[in-house]
Parts: sequence; C-alpha cells; structure tokens
Amino acid sequence: MSVRHQVTDNVLTAYAAGNLPEAFNLVVASHVSLCDEARVRLEAMEAVGGAVLDDLDGEEMSYGSFEATMRLISERPKEAIKTEAVRKTCAVLPAPLMDYVGGDVASINWRPLGMGTKQAILKSSGEANVRLLFIPAGAEMPDHGHHGTEMTLVLQGAFIDGDDRFARGDIEIANEELEHTPIADIGEDCICLTATNAPLKFNGLLPRIAQPFLRI
Amino acid sequence: MLTETPQAEELGAKAIIAPYSKVGEDAQAGRTSDVEVISISDAPWVDHVYRIHTERDQTAFRELFNHFAPRVKAFLMRSGASEALAEECTQEVMATLWNKSHLFNPERASVATWIFTIARNRKIDALRKQRRPEPEDLTWGPEAEPDQADVMVLQQECSRLSAAVKSLPDKQRELIERAFFSDLSHSEIAAQTGLPLGTIKSRIRLALERLRRDMK
Repeated sequence: MSVRHQVTDNVLTAYAAGNLPEAFNLVVASHVSLCDEARVRLEAMEAVGGAVLDDLDGEEMSYGSFEATMRLISERPKEAIKTEAVRKTCAVLPAPLMDYVGGDVASINWRPLGMGTKQAILKSSGEANVRLLFIPAGAEMPDHGHHGTEMTLVLQGAFIDGDDRFARGDIEIANEELEHTPIADIGEDCICLTATNAPLKFNGLLPRIAQPFLRI
Repeated sequence: MLTETPQAEELGAKAIIAPYSKVGEDAQAGRTSDVEVISISDAPWVDHVYRIHTERDQTAFRELFNHFAPRVKAFLMRSGASEALAEECTQEVMATLWNKSHLFNPERASVATWIFTIARNRKIDALRKQRRPEPEDLTWGPEAEPDQADVMVLQQECSRLSAAVKSLPDKQRELIERAFFSDLSHSEIAAQTGLPLGTIKSRIRLALERLRRDMK
C-alpha cells in the first residue's frame, strides 16, 4: 500500500491524546486503518502518552478503592469471556467507518447532490460534521463551503487538487483560506470521507492544528 | 551474546517474557543470543499483566493498581474530571485492564502505554461523551504470537523513552504534558522533541509486518 499523503503529526498527537472532535477522529481512525506507516506513528505517539502517564504525580485513591474495583470486576464477569466475533470486511470502507455506516458500501444511504454527485451525512458529535461523498470520475467536487478545517480521506478512486493527486488512503487537510477545486480522477468514481468544523461552531483548536500543514 | 554466567536478572527477565512465546525451548535459547543485557526493569509490569491474564493473580493486580490507579486518576483530573468522576472512571479503567488482560500485546506497547490508551478512551467516553472510532484491529484472524526478542527490544525502548521524558527540560516536558492532558494547542508541540522515537517506530513497524504476514 502506498499512501503518499499522511496525516500531520499535530493531528495525530491530538488523536492519540483523545482531543479531537468525533468527526475528525473518524477520519484519522479510517486513515490509520489504511496506512501502516500512520499506524506506526500513532502507536509511537501513544508510547509518549504512556511515558508521560507513568511520570505523573498520582492523585490519592479513595479509601477502599481497590476493593470497589474488584467488586466491579465480579459484577461484570461476562466481559472477560466475551470473544470478538469475526468482523465483516469491505474493500472500500475500513472497519471504523463500517460501524458508522452500519454495513458495507452497499449500505450507504446516499442523497443526490446533482450531476451524479451524492453525499451521506454520518452521525457524530456537534463540534464537527462528517460525510461520505461520491463524485463521478472526472467531475468536480461540490462546493461545500467549509468553515475552519476540512479533512478529506480518499476511499475509492482518486482526486486531483492542483499539482497533487490523492488516492485511496491519502488524506488532505485544508482550511477556509485554501481556495481549491478538487476534481475526481478520470479512471474511477471517487468516494471520500470528509470532516469539517460545523459552521458557526468555530473551534479554535483545529485551525491551529492545520496551520503548520498550510505553511508548506 | 550470551554471557558465560548469566546474571540473575537476566534469567528473571527470560522468565518474564517467555510465557508470551509459544516457540520451543531450543528456539528460545537461540533467541536470547540476540539480546545482550536484559533486566527486569526493562519490561516493567509485563509479567504482572501476564499473571493477571493466566492466573487471575490478585496480588499482581493490586501492585499494578497501586502504581497506576493514582496516575490514571491524576490524568483524568487534569483532563477536567471532578475528583469523584475521576475516581469512578479510574476504577473502571482498572477493571477493564483486568478483563482485557488477554488483549495486551507486549510486542507493540508497554503496559503504561496500554493503560494510557484505556484511560484516554474512558476520558472520551465519560468526559467528552463521544464515541471513539478506533483504527481497524489487526489482531483478528490467525493469532500471532509475539516474538520474544522483539518484545524485549520494544519494552527496553519504552523504558528509554520514559527516562528521556523524565529528563526533558521543564518547559519541553510541560508542552508534551499539555498535549496529552489538556485540551490545548498542539501546534506548539514540535515534531522534534529529542525523544528517542525512531527505534520504537521501527520495532512497531516490524511487529505490524509480522502480523500482516501471519494474517495472509
């Protein structure tokens, strides 16, 4: 697998720390599922999290805390035995996305946007929104007027943005200052996962995350 | 190289790691030659998790609890939880550790890192009240047995990373802590922190490659 455009360190750190809105978490989790190198970087970042946790001055636990935890364990014995069912796989959607769609690519609830373009909005927390986009081969991406940060992951086909080509597993991070008109590559219909900050709910964190990327 | 008279801690460490490998005794003896000096401190807590998994060992669990529960509680409080909520969540995190001890993979993470990820997910769930999309799990399919030498090197590298975090200048360490324990700007976290992440990345990469190979 040759993913050429990886997620930035800043976004990956925020994901490892658990500080991103759910919509962006979904994009990063899907990207990491498709890109082993990003997974390596994520796990290394989590190793830093572990080292910092280990270095913290602890807070005293309540009296009887250990015993309360043992009671918690004995009250939920089933969790220990529960074995994971073998998951279904999909050639287009990685596992975290299948959870949100509720199945494979055939289960996506597409709504037409005109000219063959379709979208399916996925449910996530209010801070940001996330949708799947279907763009016919050779067509322009719809103008979705994003505010703040936009993160796009290619799942099928490819799109061209300026001099860059983004294929399956590639991620593009942009903000509203970036004027761009991505076009689906001619070879195949393009399916993307796109997360944006919800309009009017401006989150100061994400634009700052994207800044180093945009300076390049 | 094997020293002629193995140090006691060397033998102790072998006993710690050996249960994770199903390879025969001969193969194990061969593998140890890859590792020059092994000490128990290079794989802290790995044996505890193993004893919890195989023997439901409450003594091991209590020791692990005494070390990590106060740190997890401090992590949650610094992430914005009240003392009561942090106490409750910490008990749940420690119960999860007990229940999911079979999922710990010492070839890819230290125990501190594993606990950090459990605590982080609890934080998202309880504090942010969001779902946490996780990357596609690579461990389903044929179960891959960790390579003993790889386990040792990764655990040693994690110990080195911990030491490096402890010895960082205050200002730099504060930045990293803020990235993980509060909701602040991540663009300030320079990619180059001087932390020895290179070797950890290459060990994780090896482990993933093995996993991919075993899954075929």
